[in-house]
Amino acid sequence: MSVTTRPTPPAEVRGVELTGKTLPRLAPLYSGLIAVAAALLLNVLTSVQGVAGTAVVAALLFVAIQSGWSFAVEGKRHAVDRLATTLIYATFVAAFAALVAILTVTVAKGVAALSPDFFTETMRNVSPRREGGGIAHALVGTLEQVLIAAAISVPVGIMTAVYLVEYGAGKRLSKSISFFVDVMTGIPSIIAGLFIYTFWVLTLGFERSGFAASLALTILMIPTVVRATEEMLRIVPNDLREASLALGIPKWKTILKIVIPTALGGIITGVMLAVARVAGETAPLLLTTFLSQNMNWNPFAGPQASLPTFVWDQIASGTNASLDRAWAGALVLILLVMILYLGARIVARFFAPKTS
Amino acid sequence: MGSEGQAPVKLSVQSAVGAAAEGKVEAQRVHEVSAPSRAKRMDLNGVNIYYGKFLAVEGVNLPIEPRAVTAFIGPSGCGKSTVLRTLNRMHEVIPGAYVTGEVLLDGQDIYASNVDPVNVRRTVGMVFQRPNPFPTMSIYDNVIAGLKLEKGRRIRKSETDVVVERSLRGANLWNEVKDRLKAPGAGLSGGQQQRLCIARAIAVEPEVLLMDEPASALDPISTLAIEDLVHELKTEFTIVIVTHNMQQAARVSDTTAFYNLAGIGQPGKLIEYGPTQEIFSSPREKQTEDYISGRFG
Repeated sequence: MSVTTRPTPPAEVRGVELTGKTLPRLAPLYSGLIAVAAALLLNVLTSVQGVAGTAVVAALLFVAIQSGWSFAVEGKRHAVDRLATTLIYATFVAAFAALVAILTVTVAKGVAALSPDFFTETMRNVSPRREGGGIAHALVGTLEQVLIAAAISVPVGIMTAVYLVEYGAGKRLSKSISFFVDVMTGIPSIIAGLFIYTFWVLTLGFERSGFAASLALTILMIPTVVRATEEMLRIVPNDLREASLALGIPKWKTILKIVIPTALGGIITGVMLAVARVAGETAPLLLTTFLSQNMNWNPFAGPQASLPTFVWDQIASGTNASLDRAWAGALVLILLVMILYLGARIVARFFAPKTS
Repeated sequence: MGSEGQAPVKLSVQSAVGAAAEGKVEAQRVHEVSAPSRAKRMDLNGVNIYYGKFLAVEGVNLPIEPRAVTAFIGPSGCGKSTVLRTLNRMHEVIPGAYVTGEVLLDGQDIYASNVDPVNVRRTVGMVFQRPNPFPTMSIYDNVIAGLKLEKGRRIRKSETDVVVERSLRGANLWNEVKDRLKAPGAGLSGGQQQRLCIARAIAVEPEVLLMDEPASALDPISTLAIEDLVHELKTEFTIVIVTHNMQQAARVSDTTAFYNLAGIGQPGKLIEYGPTQEIFSSPREKQTEDYISGRFG
């Protein structure tokens, strides 16, 4: 304790070598260049043809060259490290490429039919072969159906999650709710549509309507909202709940004013993912409200159009004009979800926990 | 609710509630926070504290004097914090946790069946080990959170301004934050955050203030600030402080209670209590002496 003595190393140090051989800093670049050059060479010399084939060959060569080089110079651990790094980047590129491809194709093919009129006109009296027409009726339908579905499933989902996290911990009821929410997550969307069709339309005798479609979408939304909200509520530190309770704030107000606001950013993101998921559903809508070429503002009576069924219908018609409209409809659907998502992020930013 | 047994607790709550008709009286009250009669005494009689089936602390008999600092010391796991949390019914927040015996607040058992724990917590405030300001709120909103979120409470801006300044001054934080009351509370330093939490706790005008190792996550300078603050606060409040730091207990407390446990899995016990000077200079029990002198075990 009193004097700090530095332990003198024993004569024979059986320590670890701290330095080792490393590849040059630009080794990935060199490997990449060699791999691309070799792939191009193979492209010329052998039967490997086409951009995709060459790219795959180049990628495989890159992995082989860099890992082999690293193994020879740096040893096994570094070689595996480089291999894993490459694989992770590759999966990212593959996922991102799919996203970029979808967006570019949709934008490229969708802009053809896009015009101001496209947003204000319906398909009433527009034959499939003719150009023109629009998605006003489908836009109204999708917005109404999704908003109604959200208006039902967001309160139900959030309250369920609040019960699961704040009140039901360890209770049998909460465990079974948790289990059935998981089961609901796996329900195929067409089953949700069939259920509402048999229950709402056939059994209770209501007509097909946008509202029936909303009910089917609600079944799909609730489990997503419950799960997302539950996750977010669970990561709110218990310290905050205790701090609030210790101030003499009742439990319900603690949840409403402290816990939920703290988790609100994540809850909103989860809700928007659920909205995005159901906004693109087609099958349940076909069963519950089917198609319409006309504007129908009333979601409670008569068939109502929607963007996914509009796209489906236009593709089914199969003429050049209708295919253009289908792509434009798909583009509008993507943009709609994106706008809703960005809007929600801005709202979430506004409520998010603040640090200066 | 509403039985005569609850009257003292309810009275204090109502005194903080500013009905519009009593506006002037209320404003005066807010200024003269420190009516010295407010601090209350607490008495523990035969208190056993359980987590489910596990008896965590056994047979605590302890008087806690008003307008004084009582320190709880003892090794980790001996139940100091657990006892502290029974004093404002925060113990039962943990599922399965319960308490037997009597905890009296000025003679009234806070575990009586007709007592509302929400009212108890408003009377017996608490500061935690880790600073925990509400992250969604500004400094200003943090301080008045307790007042604003009380049951059915409506409060005017002029009134909250007074409360915020008084509480932040009380917590020795006013000069550091008075120009940025709208800044987020989570942006302050650790020591400032802890003083913000103290300001938040005293803003609801409790009569007893519990502090669970309030300085253990802080640097020495901030610790000194908190200790000075404890000295000032004891003129108004009954203070109970849990600490691992024996010098701190010796510096800030008037009474010290030493807890210990016989072994792992055994319940913790209150070994002895007495004036701090006596406990540190001439403890009656061998265990206390061993612990204080660092020869523990």
